[in-house]
Amino acid sequence: MTSTLARPVEIPYLVTGILFIIGLRYLSSPRTARLGNRLSALGMAIALLATAAQGLLNWGVLVAGLVVGIGIGIYSARRVPMTAMPQMVAIFNGAGGGAASLVALGELLERVSTGTHVGGDVSVTASLTAIIGAISFSGSVVAFLKLQEVMTGRPIVYPGQQIVNAALLLLILMSAGFVVAGDDPVKWLAVALCGSLVLGVLFTLPIGGADMPVIISLLNSFTGLAAALTGFVLSNNVLIISGALVGASGTLLTLMMGKAMNRSVGNVLFGAFGAVSPKSAAAGGANAANVRSLSADDVAALLAYANQVVVVPGYGMAVAQAQHSIRDLADLLEKRGVEVKYAIHPVAGRMPGHMNVLLAEANVPYTSLYDMDDINPEFARTDVALVVGANDVTNPAARSDKGSPIYGMPIIDVDKAENVIVLKRSMKSGFAGIDNPLYEDPKTAMLFGDAKKSIDAVNAAVKTM
Amino acid sequence: MNEHLLTEITVFILSVFIGIEVISKVPTTLHTPLMSATNAIHGIVLVGALLVAGTAHAPLGPVIGFLLVVLASLNVFGGYTVTERMLQMFRPKAPRPTKTDVDSTISVDTIGQPKENRAA
Repeated sequence: MTSTLARPVEIPYLVTGILFIIGLRYLSSPRTARLGNRLSALGMAIALLATAAQGLLNWGVLVAGLVVGIGIGIYSARRVPMTAMPQMVAIFNGAGGGAASLVALGELLERVSTGTHVGGDVSVTASLTAIIGAISFSGSVVAFLKLQEVMTGRPIVYPGQQIVNAALLLLILMSAGFVVAGDDPVKWLAVALCGSLVLGVLFTLPIGGADMPVIISLLNSFTGLAAALTGFVLSNNVLIISGALVGASGTLLTLMMGKAMNRSVGNVLFGAFGAVSPKSAAAGGANAANVRSLSADDVAALLAYANQVVVVPGYGMAVAQAQHSIRDLADLLEKRGVEVKYAIHPVAGRMPGHMNVLLAEANVPYTSLYDMDDINPEFARTDVALVVGANDVTNPAARSDKGSPIYGMPIIDVDKAENVIVLKRSMKSGFAGIDNPLYEDPKTAMLFGDAKKSIDAVNAAVKTM
Repeated sequence: MNEHLLTEITVFILSVFIGIEVISKVPTTLHTPLMSATNAIHGIVLVGALLVAGTAHAPLGPVIGFLLVVLASLNVFGGYTVTERMLQMFRPKAPRPTKTDVDSTISVDTIGQPKENRAA
């Protein structure tokens, strides 16, 4: 390739790569982010048109596939509620991973059936693409089913789980070895691909709901890597560049989420966090006597006469769809001169930035949303911290109790505020099954019930003041 | 290792570095759109899907070829659409309701607003 002329299609592909990078660069501010997404889409259009112009065959199959894929993609993307965004992202991610592994299989088949020499580089990268893409596909499907609550969000564990997974991985790698050795490579690639589909399921099963931000980011990085590897298989730079960008993004987010939970990614994947809970759940019921609860009217009075209120949303807000009611409450309070801010923990919700999107949907300006490190010093001058469906990310045991499973996890310091109001459905412990001493703090009061109904009741009371 | 492969590895590694550089500047508030935007970008495997399903031999046969194109195009078009939908919700300041009941007290909008891009 060094002395031969570049294929003409390489030039539009290069433009696509550049547009993807600029598009991501523009995501550095909400003001330019839409432009960035459009530049990225333009880049995609250029790459697709340049590919089509190369003289493809089988247009019947291609057009049929495009019509169905575009139809389902756009329809579901328009209709999905914002609260379902994590599972939407998971399923699109899985689609990309599945496509990457099929591309690898198809290219290998093509080479074998036309008698083209299959070099070591192609067989190695094709095997890796098929494996990683298939794991990403089936892992994303399981993540989707968990998030959609078709199956339980609790970790599914059984004895010898890691041994089974390790044995399966060994089998997959052995099949890949046969592919590289050139001994009926297509058959062995198909075996590796099927094994990887099973492994993807098995390795996502023990991941609990609260660890979803990590696993979704990790699967995102897998699909990016698989896409980059298809670029090696097909000798196509635009695939390599794009896949590498996505892989880098997914990896960065994975590490960030792990750090926000003070746990290594390995611990998240193999620790089955939240699997053991019966003991602590029972304890949670026992100390409910020390907990103070308030009526909606009392809460309204506390909020209405505050100077500063900080709202701390969690996954419970998403479940109750309470974001619009919270926005109404903030409007009512701001009209009375109360300053309202929002504290967002990095792992609140089921994917990175989940709370931000929900609040944006409810028209909360992003300038009112604060990262954990920016808001924590504010609690000393905060009259009321309003915790809506968040639990473990506010648990002071993470700071003080060396024996707590979440010890060392950075938390939102709501207990430094003058008053803390916690909206919760019941005294059940949080996802991790850990008691939260915040609830027994004398300055904490609980408002039990569905978060949306509770906030609506508070809103009605504030209006009468 | 042949020269061609070495060039590809170079492209890959440099792209990873660019990716890390660019992505680390994305504020946390945009992390969900970032995930869905990068999701759409890895839909670039649609290029590979078209190349593999659109050759004379059609090695995968029409059924798997069709499935492949469906998966990849779903990824691309769904990804961009949902990212656009999310991003249009992000506003620096909420639009005031058009009703004329705007309060007569001091506008709290101008007080204590955080600087933009503080997370960047």
